[in-house]
Amino acid sequence: MKDVQFMILRKENFNGFISQLAKTQKVMAPVAKGNKSFVFEEVTSGDQISLKYIPTVLPPKKFFMPQREPLVEFDQAKGLEMQAIVEQEKMVLFGVHTCDLAGIQCLNMVFSERPKDYNYLTRKYKINIIGLGCNEYCDEHASCNLVNANVPNGGYDLFFSDVGDYFIVHINTHAGDEIIEQTKFFEPIAKENMQDLVNLREKKKNIFKNEIPIESRDIAELFDKSFESPVWEEVGERCLSCGNCTNVCPTCYCFDIIDEVNLDLKSGKRYRKWYSCQLDPFALVAGGENFRKSRAARQKHRYYRKFKYPVSKFSRFFCTGCGRCTRTCMAGISLKETLNNLIKERVNKLWIKWL
Amino acid sequence: MDKVAIKDSKYIPKKAQIIKVTQMTPHEKFFHLVLEGGESLDHEPGQFIMVSVVGVGEVPVSVCSSPSRRGSFDLCVRAVGKVTRSLHKLEAGDVIGVRGPYGVGFPIRILEGNDLLIVAGGLGIAPLRSLINYVLDNRRDFGNVHILLGCKSPNDMLFVDELGEWQKRMDVHYECTVDNAAPDWAGNVGLITTLLPGVDIEPERTFAVVVGPPVMYKFVIKELLAKNIPERQILVSFERHMKCGMGKCGRCQIQGIYCCQDGPVFNYEKIKDLSEAF
Ligand SMILES: Cc1cc2nc3c(=O)[nH]c(=O)nc-3n(C[C@H](O)[C@H](O)[C@H](O)COP(=O)(O)OP(=O)(O)OC[C@H]3O[C@@H](n4cnc5c(N)ncnc54)[C@H](O)[C@@H]3O)c2cc1C
Ligand code: SF4
Ligand code: SF4
Ligand code: FES
Repeated sequence: MKDVQFMILRKENFNGFISQLAKTQKVMAPVAKGNKSFVFEEVTSGDQISLKYIPTVLPPKKFFMPQREPLVEFDQAKGLEMQAIVEQEKMVLFGVHTCDLAGIQCLNMVFSERPKDYNYLTRKYKINIIGLGCNEYCDEHASCNLVNANVPNGGYDLFFSDVGDYFIVHINTHAGDEIIEQTKFFEPIAKENMQDLVNLREKKKNIFKNEIPIESRDIAELFDKSFESPVWEEVGERCLSCGNCTNVCPTCYCFDIIDEVNLDLKSGKRYRKWYSCQLDPFALVAGGENFRKSRAARQKHRYYRKFKYPVSKFSRFFCTGCGRCTRTCMAGISLKETLNNLIKERVNKLWIKWL
Repeated sequence: MDKVAIKDSKYIPKKAQIIKVTQMTPHEKFFHLVLEGGESLDHEPGQFIMVSVVGVGEVPVSVCSSPSRRGSFDLCVRAVGKVTRSLHKLEAGDVIGVRGPYGVGFPIRILEGNDLLIVAGGLGIAPLRSLINYVLDNRRDFGNVHILLGCKSPNDMLFVDELGEWQKRMDVHYECTVDNAAPDWAGNVGLITTLLPGVDIEPERTFAVVVGPPVMYKFVIKELLAKNIPERQILVSFERHMKCGMGKCGRCQIQGIYCCQDGPVFNYEKIKDLSEAF
């Protein structure tokens, strides 16, 4: 085993590094779109990238599970020929924040659990990931510390920490090492560089504090006791059922499957499309029964799918604290506020018991 | 973006050819099918498949034949919308796509040796027919068998020929009732719950299997409990919106449970307190 875990990349070499990388494969990175919005899109040089950005409008899930992807191609002219297909592309995602790394890890679990989803997995193996640490909060909507997603927990090939004049780069995988070898801009790390990383981590510890007054190990219990909480009615009254919160969520993966025929009316494709549990027909069945008719029930379902059900199934939260759902909600529904209200309500209940 | 073919995709349907179609009622058709190459569907009673009318869409449908009748399988489909109406337009010789079987069916091994009280409401007879025919094909492995059927009117009755057979058999107790009927109807009129009090069972050794529309469950289960059938001996099958059948799309979820994988057949004891279940 090669004994090099860390290297450095000087900022003056950053543009060269990205340009070099972009010569052999697509590089997707956060790009500023004005009005505090950022998107992951293709770049060819480093100066197109926003190194300081708040979570992109859509999370990197769009590369792993595209908004609309073909699953099967069919042609009835040829005696109902059906072929399973996947659209894929070799790419490097640069600048993935730790919350989004956590989001990708959630999706990985879902789609590699049996029965395996080979559309997702085929794409996954084509994507290399370069993480980028946040040195400060993106904004007041983030709750990444609550779920420990403000620090890297694996899930990347390379990880960049910005220490001012240069990046300290953690090499986590052989694929990451190949990127280093291929681009030739990286330099060996010295002791004082390592000290810079230690200092940065210390500084971060003072900035990132639990955003919600609850320990993450107590969240499951909070949700166990909150199923009948009036908080859901409050949230449901405000919700417009637009489904934006689930579209922008890095861990929401519910989908619809639809057929589309070409103009010849014989051939076509079966697509998988993102779908939202917040939309009214989500749980509707043929008899007309809708098992989550009220917006309150649907919002509750969203929160339970973040903080309760996946904890039992996958032993992890499916909220990364990225804050996207709050930033995007037209009705001003805030994840942090909802959690705070649940906690307040529990505390009040406990007090009533005591009195 | 490169498009590549994948062999191991779970979304690729097998082809099944329609051998026979029968119009059973104004809304329901019966389809008798064989998989391409004569392959066996290899399902358990109560499991479902995803049926494709290619170009229109894919929907979950219960297999209504018993696995003991191998080499072919049956579906009973009510035309309610896009895919099911297109299915109704198909004829013998046409080919559809089939994925599955999926889900957990009726726990045959556990039911063996016990008495069965089978309660079917409306289209609920479709999944139950797979169980009933399995039981009849292995009749000596089961105790007393009661079949109670409820439907809207005599015209809505499915599998009429087979119902007649069940009525004649000495080893099955069969009764049916309709919600509404013309005056010349000689049979029972009333909700399915009216048949239950009259059924003579030994609750400790009876498993009740109930499939029907959501409203039916509440009332039928109440009656079953009143007959002292233990909660763990009551089985139900749920209908939910389903798109993948593989625990991914999220459509069929009831709290932490996925109906397509953990169900559609559930033990009442395990799900009775789950809100959104009934
Ligand atoms: C486990 C299971 C077993 C079933 N077995 C049978 C059966 O044996 N025979 C039978 O006739 N029907 C059965 N159904 C119901 C059948 O799946 C629906 O009637 C069918 O999906 C309607 O599709 P459509 O395109 O014709 O209707 P649409 O035009 O799409 O919509 C009509 C109605 O059907 C509902 N619906 C649409 N798609 C689905 C879906 N994928 N899953 C559930 N509901 C949907 C819609 O919400 C709407 O209320 C079963 C459903 C489930 C979940
Ligand atoms: S974004 Fe806001 S309004 Fe839209 S569905 Fe989500 S919570 Fe409701
Ligand atoms: S629930 Fe909201 S904060 Fe949590 S991961 Fe999804 S979008 Fe981000
Ligand atoms: S049908 Fe997709 S999760 Fe159950």
